[in-house]
Parts: sequence; C-alpha cells; structure tokens
Amino acid sequence: MPRIRVEVDGETYEDDVEPRLLLVHYLRERLGKVGTPVGCDTTNCGACTVLLDGLSAKSCSVLAVQADGRSVTTVEGLSLDGAGDHPLQRAFHREHALQCGYCTPGMIIASLDLLRDNPDPSEAEVREGLEGNLCRCTGYQNIVRAVRGAAAEMRTREVAP
Amino acid sequence: MIPPTFEYLRPESLGEALRMLPDAGEDAKVLAGGQSLMPLLRLRLAYPDTLVDLDRVAALREIRDDGDALVVGATATHHQVMNDPLVRRFAPLVAAATATVADPAVRHRGTFGGSLAHADPAGDLPAVALALDAVMLARSASGGDREIPARDFFVDWMTTALEPDELLTGVRLPKAGPGWGFHYEKFHRTAQAWAIVGVACAVRRVQGAVEDVRIGLTNMGSVPVRASAVEERLGGNALSDGALREASELAAEDTAPPADLHGSAEYRSHLARVLTRRALGAATAR
Ligand SMILES: Cc1cc2nc3c(=O)[nH]c(=O)nc-3n(C[C@H](O)[C@H](O)[C@H](O)COP(=O)(O)OP(=O)(O)OC[C@H]3O[C@@H](n4cnc5c(N)ncnc54)[C@H](O)[C@@H]3O)c2cc1C
Ligand code: FES
Ligand code: FES
Repeated sequence: MPRIRVEVDGETYEDDVEPRLLLVHYLRERLGKVGTPVGCDTTNCGACTVLLDGLSAKSCSVLAVQADGRSVTTVEGLSLDGAGDHPLQRAFHREHALQCGYCTPGMIIASLDLLRDNPDPSEAEVREGLEGNLCRCTGYQNIVRAVRGAAAEMRTREVAP
Repeated sequence: MIPPTFEYLRPESLGEALRMLPDAGEDAKVLAGGQSLMPLLRLRLAYPDTLVDLDRVAALREIRDDGDALVVGATATHHQVMNDPLVRRFAPLVAAATATVADPAVRHRGTFGGSLAHADPAGDLPAVALALDAVMLARSASGGDREIPARDFFVDWMTTALEPDELLTGVRLPKAGPGWGFHYEKFHRTAQAWAIVGVACAVRRVQGAVEDVRIGLTNMGSVPVRASAVEERLGGNALSDGALREASELAAEDTAPPADLHGSAEYRSHLARVLTRRALGAATAR
C-alpha cells in the first residue's frame, strides 16, 4: 500500500492507503473529518468540495494517493485567525443560507475559492462561481446574499482561510 | 460507490510514463484530471487493473509558443488553459470554449488532453479542436512520435485513434492571424451542464468577404463534425446577414444527432441551424 503524507487543515498526517481510497473517504473515515460530506457518485453535486493546494476540488473525484505531498483545507479548517467562525460561516448563519445543511460545507469552500479570485462578485458572478454546487433546499437566494455579505466583510478585514 | 481495486503507478517523467504503459497491459488506463474517469470508476462502469497517473509529469502541463502555433500540453488544466495569456491571445476560441466547461472545481482538475482523449461527443473541446484544424501530438515507447490531425483523431463514440500504449502529449493549435473572428455558442438548460448542441466557429474576413470559415459541431453525431455544407456555401462570398442566414440553414446536413432526454434528433438539428447563425454573427461582429 502506498504511504502518503498530507497536510489537512494545518496538521500533517502520514498513512498507508489503498490506491482506490477516495480523498473524501480518507478525510471522513481515517481522519474523522466528517465536516465534508458525500452527496453523489457523479462529481456533480459539490458537497465534497475542499481546497487542494489552495484550489477548489471535488474530493470524491480525487484519490487519497493523489493528495500525497499536498495540502487540503476542509470546512473544519476555516476560522478567523483561530478565533471563532469565518465570515462566510457567520454570513451563512445570519442569512439563513442553509436548511438541511448538506450542501453547506461545499458551498462555503467554493465561495472561498471564488472570493480569492474576485473579492467583490456581482450576483451573477456568485451564481457562476457556485455552479458546481447543488442545493436541494434553499433556492439559492440566501446563499448568494450570504456570499456577497461575507465578501463585503472580508474586503474590510483582510481575512485568510 | 467505492471504486474497484486497481494498481496505481505514478511516473515522474514522460519517459517513465511511456515505459510503464506497455507493461501495464491492455487493461491499464491513463489518469489525467480524473474528472471523467473517477465518476466512471465510482459508478463501476470501468474496471482498469492499473492506473497510470500523469499528475506528476510536469512537462506535460506546459503551454508554449511554437512559431506559428501554440503547443498546449495534454495535462494543462482547463483552469490553466482559459487563463493562459498565450491561449487567450492566439487561440481565443479555446479559451472561450474552455470557460464554458463544467464548473470551477472540475476545471481546476480536468485537463485539455483528457477532454480530447475521452472523446465524448457532448464535450466542448473536440469540436473546437476540429474547427481549428488542431494537430494531436501522440507518443509511445514502441512507435515514437505521431501527429494526428483532429479530423482523423475522433474515430467513434468515445474512441480516438490513440493506441493503448500511446499517450496524447499535447495539441498543436495554429495561431490566429489578422482578420480572424471566433465564437463558441453552447446551448444547455441548467448550470454546469453539457452542451445539448454546441457550435465552434472561426471566420476570416478580407474586405467584406468571407475568405475562410470553419465550423465544428458538438453533439451532432457520435464524433464532433464539421458543418461542411455551411463552410462551402459561405466561403469566398460577400458577408451579409442574408448570406449567413441562408448558409446556417445547412448546418445539420450530413449529421446524425443523438436523441435522448435532452432532445430529439430533429430538435438538435434545429438547434444546430439556430446556433450556427448566432455563432457566425458573433464571430463576424467587429
Ligand atoms: C460535473 C461535470 C461536468 C462536466 N461538464 C463538461 C462540459 O460541459 N463540457 C466538457 O467538455 N466537459 C465536461 N466535463 C468533463 C471534463 O471536461 C473532464 O475534464 C474531461 O472530460 C476529462 O478530462 P480529465 O483530464 O479529467 O481526464 P480523465 O478523467 O483523467 O481521463 C478521461 C479519459 O481520457 C484518457 N486520457 C486522459 N489523458 C490522456 C492522455 N494524455 N493520453 C491518453 N489518454 C488520456 C483516460 O485514460 C480516460 O479514458 C464535465 C465533468 C464533470 C464531472
Ligand atoms: S460527492 Fe463529490 S461532487 Fe457529489
Ligand atoms: S441546505 Fe439542503 S441541500 Fe442545501
């Protein structure tokens, strides 16, 4: 079995993994990072989105061995300098941007990815940026509002993931 | 689902990858961005015994200037391609079409070469490569280098001219010169969706006349096809709204579009005509 070394949410892990182990299963089942859910078998829903070396990726379509030597950020790794919730997390809460919450971790990571490139997205740009993330509950309105609200806060505060 | 078991090989160089492929045998698969292959494994629609992962073969990711052409490395990601200054300047059709592929997370991993090698007739980039007369650069340990023109590369539904031990290493795209205009018109009804029909078009104008026109159609058959009847009708003629409209009526000639949940064959033929008209209009509106 290949041995991998991965940094996840700032901590380094070394493990032997079967080649077919998906990154999302490694995160959930080996590291106990159940903040990242699995929603589909087709790479469509985006629930499992994490940052891989800083870029959003659907962790159900990446093998754990492919993360060897790389860094992963999950929704569990977000916080404002380790002090409380990230502005995106607070904005999702404030704007009622979730109902069942299944899509939320992926939405938040995809939003983070979007805001890195575009700190002040229009409504249309938020919708495009999150097109790989499906929500069956909210109808998206409040998600868009939350992302733009968080963006405004982050512009004034220089927040990093 | 959990993918079936396989052996995993991770070459660090192109030479190593080429040596591994013949040994890995007929049931080996190359893994590029995994954005088509991983879902197939998870749905248990593919059972390779070995995956040869190109992720660490850095040389295959390069995009370089090659005189009157650009060479885009096979594993350049969609994200990299659509943001690359050379591609945006010299192959704007590729940049524009790539930006319509999937969603940001898929584009961070999915690759240019993977899209072409996968040869899904609904994929956007095969029709673009065909419209641009791109040349596929292939290499194997036994056969050395081979250049395959786009029109010979797409053989059948999800089947290319690549041999099992052959890698697509890159794609040569002729640089767009003066007078050329481009457009990719994609029709889909939901976010992050594949084209129901797509039209890639490149037009060169000289003093109000259409000097050269090339049109590639997405999802109008088991392989991407050129709208030859439109090209013949327009080529050499004066450019006018009437001429574009009349020629676009021929867009579905000699095509065999699929019928599925998204639309019937007739509906696709109708779309091909309408979208060709739009694409030509956009490519010549400057
Ligand atoms: C949700 C979703 C939406 C999508 N929407 C679109 C869309 O709208 N338009 C579109 O065009 N595509 C779309 N795609 C597909 C996407 O473009 C993929 O990136 C692409 O089809 C495959 O590229 P890959 O690098 O991920 O290849 P992989 O999945 O790694 O490989 C695909 C196939 O190509 C072979 N292969 C890959 N690279 C090489 C090589 N260098 N030499 C030889 N063989 C090779 C592999 O063996 C495999 O058979 C979508 C994918 C997803 C998951
Ligand atoms: S679980 Fe990964 S995209 Fe749906
Ligand atoms: S809140 Fe239920 S899926 Fe988005």
